[in-house]
Amino acid sequence: MSSNAVEAVGLGKLFTIGHRERATTLGERILDVVRHPFAEAATTEKLWALRDLSFSVPVGEAVGIIGRNGAGKSTLLKVLSRITPPTTGEVRLRGRVGSLLEVGTGFHPELTGRENIFLNGAVLGMRRRDIAQRFDEIVAFADVERFLDTPVKRYSSGMYVRLAFAVAAHLEPDILIVDEVLAVGDAEFQRKCLGKMGQVAGAGRTVLFVSHALQMISTLTTRVLLLDAGQLVFDGPTAEGLAAYRGMHQKDAGPRLTRPVTEGKNRLISAQVVTSSSDGVHHFGRALRLQFDVEVGEPAATLDFSVQLLDAEEHPVTHLWCFDGATAWRRERGRYRLTFDVSKTHLYAGRYTLSTFLTDRRTNTVYETLNAICPFTVTMEGRSRADYEWGARDASHLETTRWTLQSLDNPTRAAQHGQFDV
Amino acid sequence: MPSVSTPIRSEPADLPVLVIRPGSARSFGMLADLWRYRDLLWTLAERDLRLRYRQTALGVAWVVVQPLLGALIFTFVFGVIAKLPSDGNPYLLFTFTALAGWNLFAGILTRSAGSLVQNSALIAKVWFPRTVIPFATLPGALVDLVVTLGVLAALFVWYGRAPGMELLTFPFWILLLAVLALGAGLGASALMVSYRDVQHVLPVMVQLLMYASPVAYAASSVPGVIGTLYYLNPLAGIIDGLRWSVLGTPPPSVAAAGYAVFVAVLTMAIGLWMFRRMERRFADVI
Repeated sequence: MSSNAVEAVGLGKLFTIGHRERATTLGERILDVVRHPFAEAATTEKLWALRDLSFSVPVGEAVGIIGRNGAGKSTLLKVLSRITPPTTGEVRLRGRVGSLLEVGTGFHPELTGRENIFLNGAVLGMRRRDIAQRFDEIVAFADVERFLDTPVKRYSSGMYVRLAFAVAAHLEPDILIVDEVLAVGDAEFQRKCLGKMGQVAGAGRTVLFVSHALQMISTLTTRVLLLDAGQLVFDGPTAEGLAAYRGMHQKDAGPRLTRPVTEGKNRLISAQVVTSSSDGVHHFGRALRLQFDVEVGEPAATLDFSVQLLDAEEHPVTHLWCFDGATAWRRERGRYRLTFDVSKTHLYAGRYTLSTFLTDRRTNTVYETLNAICPFTVTMEGRSRADYEWGARDASHLETTRWTLQSLDNPTRAAQHGQFDV
Repeated sequence: MPSVSTPIRSEPADLPVLVIRPGSARSFGMLADLWRYRDLLWTLAERDLRLRYRQTALGVAWVVVQPLLGALIFTFVFGVIAKLPSDGNPYLLFTFTALAGWNLFAGILTRSAGSLVQNSALIAKVWFPRTVIPFATLPGALVDLVVTLGVLAALFVWYGRAPGMELLTFPFWILLLAVLALGAGLGASALMVSYRDVQHVLPVMVQLLMYASPVAYAASSVPGVIGTLYYLNPLAGIIDGLRWSVLGTPPPSVAAAGYAVFVAVLTMAIGLWMFRRMERRFADVI
């Protein structure tokens, strides 16, 4: 133990999921028992979100945790941060733990930037005097001097994220636990944060880091833990771990995701990419449909849904959204099907996935984001190009273009034309 | 909460070791936790105070207007129309005194009961001793009390009165009210995480309890057999005591006062126990 910051032995977390959602009011529970007296055994399913995980992390090491959605990454971080207790096993953590599972935890939209710095710092476990001491540093890092006395509800989302991360970056814990928080924010700020986190790791602190951004994992970490279905399937050097993870992606079922219905929450219950060919293969330039079934249990005045298409490196390529004041789901509960139709896709050949965002703008609530779901492939099959075959990395997308060739020596000669239609 | 969160043995770098295990939390150590996270407690309390009257036209004046209106209504209904006795005091003064105490009780109870659900985003995303959240509703309620007491002092001047030596016992009654309210609030807040019914039941209960307590009228107006049963409500003894300390009305019997202390301590113990028992599951259920 002496040189390990984190030591987990036989860690497991069991969730009981009802096919019928668990009763959350006494009335429902009573009705349930009356209607289905023996239902308990039949309708609940036990799910090991984590199963028999053992690993240790030496002091000062930065470790990435990767895996597909639902692999148990976030549950692991929640157990390590003491938010939820494990069902089996135990963890020993040496030193002060700072966890950052969401940027701006505890931020209140009505409070000013200054007030929120103190609030967020206190929530993350900082003493008031420590926050006061680092106040100027935090403000400078976030670059929000002029807006310190403005309520954060008037901040742009960029400013909001910068301020939130700046507070967390000045926590200075011995063990830093971070969940996918840098997926937001602009590129320059992401670089700044990466630098800060690199410093943290360099200063002898231990970092545990979950991300779908594989680029970030490989920059920040030397070792990764790869989780699949709650189990640790790989523990070793980052490069090998990333390769194993990519290998898992290839075996993915297809461009469709369905999930159990959980009443009362706002969440996605299914997502589907309708490609031009039935097996998850889409032909360049053809019509593409993205279809989402959404359960809205809590309508919100600015309920928004949007989707990013990500390329094989999980960089966003394009963004589709439905941000509209008149949408019924802002007022009425229920299940909705949202369909995006792209009449002609410009996406070049390659592998793509989706990231979805179900949010409320006004309260800055993120109900749900799913990352890298519904993989599908775009092929150039059926479209030919003279002289050069389609190369794997020629482009990320193609445009409808018309070319004109005009002789400069003899301007009177008729120009020649050609075109490429998406 | 971890089952053990104290340093187990000294490590080379003298860093504390935290062990996280399954099972329920330790039973004692809540006060130590509260003390270690006192900064968070104050910050949360400060947040609630700042937010409460933001974007209201009258602002802090509401703290004064609310109980004053309430007392005026009681004075009209019970004093003027029903002509109930007030032990020789101006009815407004009589009912306002009790209302100051009652508002503290109701304020702590309802705010602490709803506090966990209101802060669910925090609970799901970051760890800290969960008890901080309901306890952080205390300062706000106490600030309200202080403002109300200012109004009470002004009423004393208006009626040309002065309290007697009994006033020295005033903090004791306030403490009893706070312990009783927070104990019930802790239990209710933990229950509300799993069962939102509490949200709907609580306001009705609070209102019932107010009419079952000597707030709008004197306990002595309650007739015969009901009068004895009446003191099963610990608030009856406490509010009698509060009125006695401020207005010099007849004090509660020692039995009634002792019973109130007993119930307040028991309520707090049960509230803390319920909270402890359910605390670790909060993040999974909320």
